[in-house]
Amino acid sequence: MKFIKTLLLISITILIIWIDLPENLPVNFNLGKKKINFKINPLSLDINFLGLSIKKKFNTQLGLDLKGGSHLVFEAQTSKTKPEDLNDALSSARDIIEKRVNLYGISEPSVQTLKSGNKYRIAVDIPGVTDINEAVKLIGKTAQLQFTEEATSDAKIATQTPLFLRVTKPTGLTGKDIKKATVTFDNQTGKPQVSLNFSGEGANLFSKITERNVGKPVGIFLDDYPLSIPTVQQVISDGNAVITGNFTVDQAKELAISINSGALPLSINLVEQRNIGPSLGEKEVRQSVFAGLIGLTMVLIFMIVYYGNLGAIASISLIIYGLISFAIFRTIPVVLTLPGIAGFILSIGMAVDSNILIFERIKEELRKGKKFEIAIKLGFGRAIDAIKDANITTLTVAFILFNPLNWEFLPQFGMVRGFALTLGIGVATSLFTGVVITRRLINIFYKKS
Amino acid sequence: MVNFTKYRWLYFFISALVIGIGLFSLIKWGYRYSIEFVGGTQLEYQLSREASIQEIRKIFIENGAEIVEILLEGKNLSVRTKAINEKKELGIRTALEKNLSIRIDILRIETVGPTLGKEMVRKTLVAALLATLGILIYMIYAFKGINYAAAAIIANLHDLIVVVGSYSLLSHFFKAEVDTMFVTAVLTTMSFSLHDTIVIFDKIREYRHSGSNEKIEYYANKALTETMVRSINNSMTILFMLLSLTLLGGSTIRFFIITLLIGTITGTYSSPFVATPILVWLEKRKIKG
Repeated sequence: MKFIKTLLLISITILIIWIDLPENLPVNFNLGKKKINFKINPLSLDINFLGLSIKKKFNTQLGLDLKGGSHLVFEAQTSKTKPEDLNDALSSARDIIEKRVNLYGISEPSVQTLKSGNKYRIAVDIPGVTDINEAVKLIGKTAQLQFTEEATSDAKIATQTPLFLRVTKPTGLTGKDIKKATVTFDNQTGKPQVSLNFSGEGANLFSKITERNVGKPVGIFLDDYPLSIPTVQQVISDGNAVITGNFTVDQAKELAISINSGALPLSINLVEQRNIGPSLGEKEVRQSVFAGLIGLTMVLIFMIVYYGNLGAIASISLIIYGLISFAIFRTIPVVLTLPGIAGFILSIGMAVDSNILIFERIKEELRKGKKFEIAIKLGFGRAIDAIKDANITTLTVAFILFNPLNWEFLPQFGMVRGFALTLGIGVATSLFTGVVITRRLINIFYKKS
Repeated sequence: MVNFTKYRWLYFFISALVIGIGLFSLIKWGYRYSIEFVGGTQLEYQLSREASIQEIRKIFIENGAEIVEILLEGKNLSVRTKAINEKKELGIRTALEKNLSIRIDILRIETVGPTLGKEMVRKTLVAALLATLGILIYMIYAFKGINYAAAAIIANLHDLIVVVGSYSLLSHFFKAEVDTMFVTAVLTTMSFSLHDTIVIFDKIREYRHSGSNEKIEYYANKALTETMVRSINNSMTILFMLLSLTLLGGSTIRFFIITLLIGTITGTYSSPFVATPILVWLEKRKIKG
């Protein structure tokens, strides 16, 4: 049992260190006559196991402010919009685009409207440069979803014209009436499809449409292009429907995202695309990282000077804490931006505090004349209440700010979420390291002596 | 044991003074908002010959434009400013042409909208309110009563007002701008302050449950005396971190770090000197009533 435990511990340690390795660090040295020359890189997986392919690179993902990314400019077609509605349409288009990019899984883009003379544009800055074309396609989709029915009931005309030309009469049911769209898979064929869940009014309308069209086709159009034209089998009054069609999984996902984010009030097309640098200069970032390291070293020295051996143990446990958190950031992956780093530093501060709380308690017990071993036991036991309450409140705050259930009335993306995510992960990890690891280390070191 | 609760009028006076100055500045001067909130203007000029960037910058400022970013590559000048209208742009351009005796071709004039929608700001506020409610509920549960929770939240509000108020001073005197980093700093301060307060409250709760039947002041003073070393040590470690970032870190994050510094100080101060006196007061009222 003990052997297995040790083995597990060692393999987890190796895994964490492997994930934490620096990127592209060249190693050059001579070992006897052999020349050693290679690059250190963090773990990257590319496994094909039982038909399951896993591809993952454990690299640090930096946000726009730290690394830069792609700058896309879209021009809005304003001819169809009334001049007085233009500003509203533009800013709502901005919000929708921001939502789409975020739903697509790109963290913390920056979206802004530009006005130049009588040209209206929307600029989208996306961190990193992967999958830009996909993103462009998704952003530019107008996504006007419309449900139509047959324009004529004349059976003769009906059979002569192609199906998609027959179902041209708008029913008044549109993408606005959909509460939520999700990608599901057909029970029988296993093909991806998009399930729709209508809002109360939408469900009502849909029920009426299906009622008067039993046995007849109903069209589902996206931007005037037919997605699917099913024939109504029966009245559907529960407010649910599916769009089938020859979708790939990605297409179905894209469609669900564009329905969920709402229709763009005006159509846009790409006019400019270039790479941009980070808004915080590289020199700035390097300086700040350096300063952060100096600060951290001072904290460690302070702990060692003030608390002696216990402080040294806490320092080791803090370093382990840093390595574990960083490995988690790379695994998820968390896109690191300045607010994100602030959240992480705050959690480091709280981890230090957990240690100080424990040590002060131990000192207190020692002053009362207890033996060292008993003092440690009591100190941990008593400090845990305070640590638990303080950390649970912080986790509550992080949880609400992060908005994991994606509620509409809370921030669904952006810097607040980045901050909450790193803070939450940091505090949860520090609960673990501060209590479990520090205690283990103390046991190990003091048993020997 | 130090009798901390005796000097509550002094704490009250200090807090009132700091908050008063901050609020005065907030009402009188308000804030400067960053380009993320208010948007701005992007200008691109083609100069007829190369010119000194310092002089160009001076002329922009003299004509009342707030420069966010200025880039000069050969004869290509690209400037991002807070929003300026066409008349102002013309004024700047003529001044540049006259003072530097150059000719300018306009490559681009663009009005840039804010990157932070009103929606975003509103939602962040809702989230902050909900978080406060969450804290309230958890603390009522963990400390079995509303007094601890109420005192902690009041101390938290105290820190919020201190940070928000003093940032307005920074904004007025040192041209600090309200941007995303400021919002982050405020959130960080509030989390930290709460954490700090709970550690002290936890001590008070522990002593009260330990059996003896003393007055609330006694427990509060005992808890404050015992946690004082920890509070100071803890804040010291954070101050080390922030001071090294202020002195050595990059200039764009300086105001962010200074705000965090202010937040740490008020967060540490408010736990023993705002939250605890309020708790004592609330608990005493309960006994009387």
